[in-house]
Amino acid sequence: MADPEPEIVVDDPTAPASDSPAVTGTRTVGMVTCLLLLAFSALMAWDNWRTGITWAFDGPKAGYFPFYLSVILGAASLYGFFKSFLDKASAGDSFVTSDQLRRVLQVFIPTFLFCLITQWLGLYVASFLLVAGFMRYIGRIAWWKSLLTSFIFTLAMFVTFELAFDVLMPKGPIEALFGR
Amino acid sequence: MEAFGLLLHGFQVLLTFKTLLLMLVGLVLGIFVGVLPGLGGPNGVAILLPLTFTMDPTSAIVMLSCIYWGALFGGAITSILFNIPGEAWSVATTFDGYPMAQQGHAAEALTAAFTSSFIGSLVAVLLITFLAPGIASFALRFGPPEFFAVYLLTFCSFVGLGREDKHKTIISMALGLLLAGIGMDTVSGQLRMTFGSNELLRGINFLVAVIGLFGISEILLTMEERLALRGHAAKISLRVVWSVWKDLPKYWVTLLRSSAIGCWLGITPGGAIAASFMGYNLAKRFSKDKDSFGKGRIEGVFAPETAAHASGTAALLPMLALGIPGSGTAAILLGGLMVWGLNPGPLLFVEHKDFVWGLIASMYLGNIVGLVIVLSTVPLFAAVLRVPFAAIAPMIVVSCAVGAYAIQNAMFDIWLMLGFGVVGYVFKKIGIPLAPFTLALVLGNRAEDSFRLSMIGAEGDMRVFWSNGLVGSITTLAIVLLFWPLIAGGFARLRGKPAKPAIGEPE
Repeated sequence: MADPEPEIVVDDPTAPASDSPAVTGTRTVGMVTCLLLLAFSALMAWDNWRTGITWAFDGPKAGYFPFYLSVILGAASLYGFFKSFLDKASAGDSFVTSDQLRRVLQVFIPTFLFCLITQWLGLYVASFLLVAGFMRYIGRIAWWKSLLTSFIFTLAMFVTFELAFDVLMPKGPIEALFGR
Repeated sequence: MEAFGLLLHGFQVLLTFKTLLLMLVGLVLGIFVGVLPGLGGPNGVAILLPLTFTMDPTSAIVMLSCIYWGALFGGAITSILFNIPGEAWSVATTFDGYPMAQQGHAAEALTAAFTSSFIGSLVAVLLITFLAPGIASFALRFGPPEFFAVYLLTFCSFVGLGREDKHKTIISMALGLLLAGIGMDTVSGQLRMTFGSNELLRGINFLVAVIGLFGISEILLTMEERLALRGHAAKISLRVVWSVWKDLPKYWVTLLRSSAIGCWLGITPGGAIAASFMGYNLAKRFSKDKDSFGKGRIEGVFAPETAAHASGTAALLPMLALGIPGSGTAAILLGGLMVWGLNPGPLLFVEHKDFVWGLIASMYLGNIVGLVIVLSTVPLFAAVLRVPFAAIAPMIVVSCAVGAYAIQNAMFDIWLMLGFGVVGYVFKKIGIPLAPFTLALVLGNRAEDSFRLSMIGAEGDMRVFWSNGLVGSITTLAIVLLFWPLIAGGFARLRGKPAKPAIGEPE
């Protein structure tokens, strides 16, 4: 039977190109992650060794379990490091291409700024700025649509959490003006 | 028959206007969560958890579990209409569901998917109704050594039976257990791994980690892909529903087999994803007409959907009866229990009858109402996908932050969430599984406590884990499962055959 014409079509003009060059390989990231985990496990092992890793009369001391978990984590990371290191066959696998990285940063950086603004100005202001800014600059959606959507969303969140469910969010100077 | 009486009591708890309303809200939100890209069952439930903080536990669990049922239903919509699995467990549904939509049978495929989801969860709920109370009352006799043995079994089966590289599962699990230990040691009251930080004193909250690992990282991963989509609109008429239902008895073997697979994999930590593939592959293997699979065969929709839903529901059985979650979402519901001040474990069946039976009753009612909602509102939810991702992504970020903050009213947790988002993104891309991490993080303290309490009871004698038949056999089973790949390899070599790949693998 013939394929009926698709009725719902959404385009993505800024989609990452499939031939975009790789920024880094999966093997490299795998090795770096394993080294970081190894360093983390060493730090944890040291701290737990200070806490006490021996057995008291009534069983293990507080550091006993975490110490041996650090050792296991360290050993597994070391194994993972050498496994990736020796695995030359997958050296060409891309972890992220430059187009993909651009798109990921397009979300990550605004999210980071959002967290920062939340700390200073409160969650609702940050939420309004994030949604409006993201829609306008990343999504290239018309100003009035972005602002309106963002305002309605933020207001809905405020009504739902603060008023209806009594879940209080971090506030800044602007909410203080409204007496909340 | 006792279970039946208690179930009726559960329906009594459920049938109030407020609870029914919350159920509807939960189902609709859940379907949204299932349909939207960048949101899935576990993070949807985690993000919406704060809504329930001020509710009584019964209303809260009814709403959250309905979000979960809704997400399970919603995943099928995008798989069939757009060939985009909204959830990992609906990948197998696309194999035959999308070809059916291309041939103009979208409505039939959707009806088949929803109906089989319903049947799958119904079988699993029946299992929970009649099995869970028995298991719980048996587990009431458990002491710390038995509990530790069961935790050990859970962890070991993840390592031994998981299909990822073993060292990656171990990394994920050890990291989770380690992070769970941060903060005050519950047995001795000593501080550990806090490095003098007041923020770390509280420990790393499991739900904050989940919101970061699944919510934030999922958005980063979604952005990497091409977000364009082309799909079919579908409207389900009563005539189509009737024509699919009329043929149901023909497929009873497939439905029953998939339900059984789903229940089994849901209780053991295999998960809905493995269940859906296994259901599909087995239906194909036992079919007389293998070649027609993948070209739009209705059985190819029935099999994976039934298995996925049965598994997703059955995962709640060990959570209710033993306090051990069978899936990521079950782990979050378990986290919720602790937030509401309930102590997960077999005592729930004794001390919180309203809660347990209200939940079980809501599984029946939620699935029936969910079926009616999805059948009648598919076009509406399919249209949600027209909303640009640039509007949805920031809203998901804000919801994640609200969820992370609300758990302990701590700004630090929002930063922690962001950190876990990056960790989740990297881990997913280099193939470190996240499920063992979440499980370890939620169970870590309980496992350690039960170990140390057994040690206090036994005065430091490790033989306590083999002190009676029950605890001895669980501990031994755990160790066998841990080394299962080696043991299976050894058997295969004895018979002179190479080890067969697992049947759950996509072919």
